[in-house]
Amino acid sequence: MKKIEAIIRHFKLEDVKSALNEHGVQGMTVTEVRGFGRQKGHTEMYRGTEYTVDLVPKIKLEVVVAEDAAQGVIETIVQAARTGQVGDGKIFVHDLAQTVRIRTGEVNGEAI
Amino acid sequence: MKQDTKGMWRCRFSTALGVVMVAAASLAVPGHAHSAEDTVVSGVSEAAEGRMDRGDHAWMLASSALVLMMTAPGLALFYSGLVRKKNVLGVMMQCVFLMGLMTVIWALYGYSLSFGGDGPLIGNGEFLLMNGVQMVDGAAPLEGSIPRLTHMLFQGMFFIITPALIVGAFAERMKFSTMAVFMVLWGTLVYCPLCHWVWDNGILCDGNKTFPIGGALDFAGGTVVHISSGISALVCALLIGRRLGFGSEPMPPHNLTYTAIGATMLWVGWFGFNAGSALAADGRAASAFAATHFAAAAGCLAWSGCEWVLRGRPSLLGACSGLVAGLVCITPGSGFVQPVSGVAIGLAGGAGCFFACTAVKSRFRYDDSLDVFGVHGVGGTLGALLTGVFATRHVADVRSGGPVGLIEGGTVLVNQIVATAITWILAVAVTFVLLKILDATMGLRVSQDEEIQGLDLSQHGEEGYIFI
Repeated sequence: MKKIEAIIRHFKLEDVKSALNEHGVQGMTVTEVRGFGRQKGHTEMYRGTEYTVDLVPKIKLEVVVAEDAAQGVIETIVQAARTGQVGDGKIFVHDLAQTVRIRTGEVNGEAI
Repeated sequence: MKQDTKGMWRCRFSTALGVVMVAAASLAVPGHAHSAEDTVVSGVSEAAEGRMDRGDHAWMLASSALVLMMTAPGLALFYSGLVRKKNVLGVMMQCVFLMGLMTVIWALYGYSLSFGGDGPLIGNGEFLLMNGVQMVDGAAPLEGSIPRLTHMLFQGMFFIITPALIVGAFAERMKFSTMAVFMVLWGTLVYCPLCHWVWDNGILCDGNKTFPIGGALDFAGGTVVHISSGISALVCALLIGRRLGFGSEPMPPHNLTYTAIGATMLWVGWFGFNAGSALAADGRAASAFAATHFAAAAGCLAWSGCEWVLRGRPSLLGACSGLVAGLVCITPGSGFVQPVSGVAIGLAGGAGCFFACTAVKSRFRYDDSLDVFGVHGVGGTLGALLTGVFATRHVADVRSGGPVGLIEGGTVLVNQIVATAITWILAVAVTFVLLKILDATMGLRVSQDEEIQGLDLSQHGEEGYIFI
């Protein structure tokens, strides 16, 4: 099993979700995160004091898939999330030791 | 080194802005009162001797409510939006609690100390526990054309908001218990005497015989409210010290939407503060209302304009700060100057306070967290002095037909300077002594851990926002 973690732009969430649904992915977890890479932040000014805000808001998407399905899912996300500008994000792939469905107790392959 | 062409143009722009402001000020010449007006609506309400005027009374009751609203939610929202999330309740609690604390003090002895008797320096016990104020045998004693109860209530709202203004200077780091004790003492030893001096025929009251040169014009509280709180705030900020991380850690306002709601509530409430200080529903109240409104508007434009020119774009915080600065500046003169002078005064307040809160503050690096000195201290002082410039006999004939303000050749500006100086001295001296005593006995600041945790949790055991 692989856990695919994708950091993408906020407004790309709907596109990526639809694309993954069409591709056959059954579920995902979404969190709001902040971070930076090559994309720079901005400055804000309050009554004469300047603040540099370098953490940019992003969306983190986590999907768990069978090993042979991983490459297809990665390509789907890349296609849907790409704009070509700095700040499109990154994808990280982890090996997963175990998965359990809480309701039924099914493990691994049946739990995805 | 690349030549700063943008800076050069900004410099020329601000000079042009300065020229425009001076031109606007010179246009604020007193107009003639329309002769028909004189016979129909006199400047000052003349109730039949011993008779309550219901129009005056209705307005004064409404004004009292408006001024209370200024403290909370007005000031409470304005201030709490400016602090960090972990301190949002701390600021609100200070405002709300002071509404309770100062009201009780006022009822027990504050009103008596401020408005009792005829002494030049302080009131007496005539009105203790509302004696002589409350109804007797079904009749309410009068103060002019309104019940003394209403006069007491209206003035009491000022007694509440003045200490509440000071809390901005030591936001995010003062011990709640010490703050409460400090405010009781400050109210008793600074506000009550000063209120008596300025508004109850004391040594700073226009026309008083004991100290004539100190007799100044202060319609709604330039000295009594803004200068006193603003200067005391500076002393507090200096003695209590900077917040941990000040200058290195980012401390941006956590919720400017609150600040905007609060600021606009202050604008509306200020009509009660200034126009209500006419103590009547008459022509002078209308004039004060207009001058107040115009000053707020001009202040908003001035601060926004400064930001637009010097920073490239205007900010909401700037617009809100500017309108408040304009309102502060017009407060002492609102019932003495013409409405168009209000525009000039508002512009001066907005621009003056902008520089006080940005250039001056960063030059001297004191942590007046919410700019109480920058807005109320500086704005109040400027307003008191400008009152001496723009006051006109057409609004208030305080020189028996003779000229009042500088624009008509009068000399009251001298009195304004004297009264302002004395207010500064009183505020600095008493605040300094009180803080030193309280620091030695109770301690002024929360501990470092408590400050890092935030006042909401450490002083009140609460969280402002519990979002899952």
